[in-house]
Amino acid sequence: MSQYLLSVHAGQAQDHQEPISPEQMQGFMDGVIALEAEMDASGTFVFGGRLADPDAATVVRSTDGKHVMTDGPFVEAKEHIAGFYIINADDLDAALAWAAKVVTAINAPIEVRPFSATGRVADQVHQMPGA
Amino acid sequence: MTRFVAADGEATEVERVFREVYGQAVATLVRVFGDITLAEDAVQHAFTVASDRWRSDGIPPNPAGWIVTTARNRAIDDLRRSARGRELHEQLSVGARTSHGPAVDDSDENGPMRDDQLRLIFTCCHPALRTEHQVALTLRLLGGLSVEEVARAFLVSEAAMAKRLVRAKYKIKAAKIPYRVPAVANLPDRLRSVLLVVYLIYTTGGDDPERAPLRSEAIRLGRALVEMMPDEPEAAGLLALMLLSESRVPARTAEGAIVVLRDQDRTKWDRTSIEEGHRIVRACIRLDRPGPFQLQAAIQAVHCAAGSFEATDWRQIVALYDQLFVVMPTPVVSLNRAIAIGEIEGPEAALTVLDAIAADLDGYHLMHATRGAMLRRLGRRVAARAAYERAANLATVEADQRFLAQQIEQLTEGGDPMQQPADRPLGPPSERRPS
Repeated sequence: MSQYLLSVHAGQAQDHQEPISPEQMQGFMDGVIALEAEMDASGTFVFGGRLADPDAATVVRSTDGKHVMTDGPFVEAKEHIAGFYIINADDLDAALAWAAKVVTAINAPIEVRPFSATGRVADQVHQMPGA
Repeated sequence: MTRFVAADGEATEVERVFREVYGQAVATLVRVFGDITLAEDAVQHAFTVASDRWRSDGIPPNPAGWIVTTARNRAIDDLRRSARGRELHEQLSVGARTSHGPAVDDSDENGPMRDDQLRLIFTCCHPALRTEHQVALTLRLLGGLSVEEVARAFLVSEAAMAKRLVRAKYKIKAAKIPYRVPAVANLPDRLRSVLLVVYLIYTTGGDDPERAPLRSEAIRLGRALVEMMPDEPEAAGLLALMLLSESRVPARTAEGAIVVLRDQDRTKWDRTSIEEGHRIVRACIRLDRPGPFQLQAAIQAVHCAAGSFEATDWRQIVALYDQLFVVMPTPVVSLNRAIAIGEIEGPEAALTVLDAIAADLDGYHLMHATRGAMLRRLGRRVAARAAYERAANLATVEADQRFLAQQIEQLTEGGDPMQQPADRPLGPPSERRPS
């Protein structure tokens, strides 16, 4: 079993989108809820969430042993990760099939990226090359 | 992979066998160990051992089985020596890695080995890999071409090609692209990408003598696919398309320039390939499950059946292009249809069709060459020359450039404009790049 990150990328400005009706919103939510139930039933869902806008981000770095904070995201980009799922899947084909379902439910492109290791580093040590 | 300088006849024979069994051996080792790089290294080692032993003892009756057994033993030794390997070895012995288990079939039965190759070609041509990586992997792993040979075929440096292959193999491993024949529901789409890769290898072989070995490699892969999937008419269609195109190669160039279909010496066409191509096309028609490759093959079959250019059944060809356009609505298909229309309804009608696709194919030399041919037939020599010049600027293959230079020269010097109307602007061609 492998784990994959399914991330949703959105443009910074949301205002290009047409306002959607409450009915459309309900339909959208129903679709996502049904999909997540399907993920749960098959043991696929590991974690997921929607991120706040990058405006809410803070970067912390160490300069000369001092921690410095800056307001805003690490990279100022037109696109950013708006949300993601982490799923269990046997292989890429299985992960891509879930990604296709997510694309249908949320009507946005999804990036599928494999984890090379998951969990706590202490638990991963025995899997590492040369260990 | 190791190349042998043909010091004697035996060395050449050994090399031929290597080329033949490389893909089989790598595919089987990938099934057993689930790791492409490990499989390649082990097969490479087995070839090195074989090159000494076979030259003194002769080639064994089942060379593929010999290579697989030797490579497997080497791989197991390698695994035992490394920690990473110990873990992989553990996984293998509990059968966790694959549902097929770690058994190697090295009997001389070809079935299981064929299945291994089929699985590997679907991995190499997985849609999650970019096309140029699919092509490079297929040529390297299944065709057994050296990195240097693959690099030369795609006009990139050996270092760049090596990097491309490393990246592609990394993705297969890291993203866990599966090693199996896709489920029935996905098979048509996935098969299409495999067939396109093989056809791309064929067309890359094109008219460039340097890259000609790619064409025979593509035909070899095409035959293997038909053997592996005898019930897939599109696989058969691709093989027929390649065979029929190949049959005209001997007549396609003269003094380094392309010879258009109208002017080809049809006695130079290879009858054996034509007969085989025709046989496959007839079998496909009986199955009645048409698809883009079968239709393209059928079009080539009509051309190959004509005793002369004038005897070509153009109505049949237009009808087939109409069918092809339904399943493959690309401007290149329209372009070829326009050429056939020009034969039935004349150059004016062809130009009308061309006008509709001119913008889409503005960067495609064959579109401008076709325009040039039609304009020339109408006696519009200045416009024809301009179109040929545009084509010449876009053409990349030397034989095409020479042909186009000839046309420009004829239109510059004067002479009878109707004397050499190049209807098939450049070779059979047609569907050189179906995209």
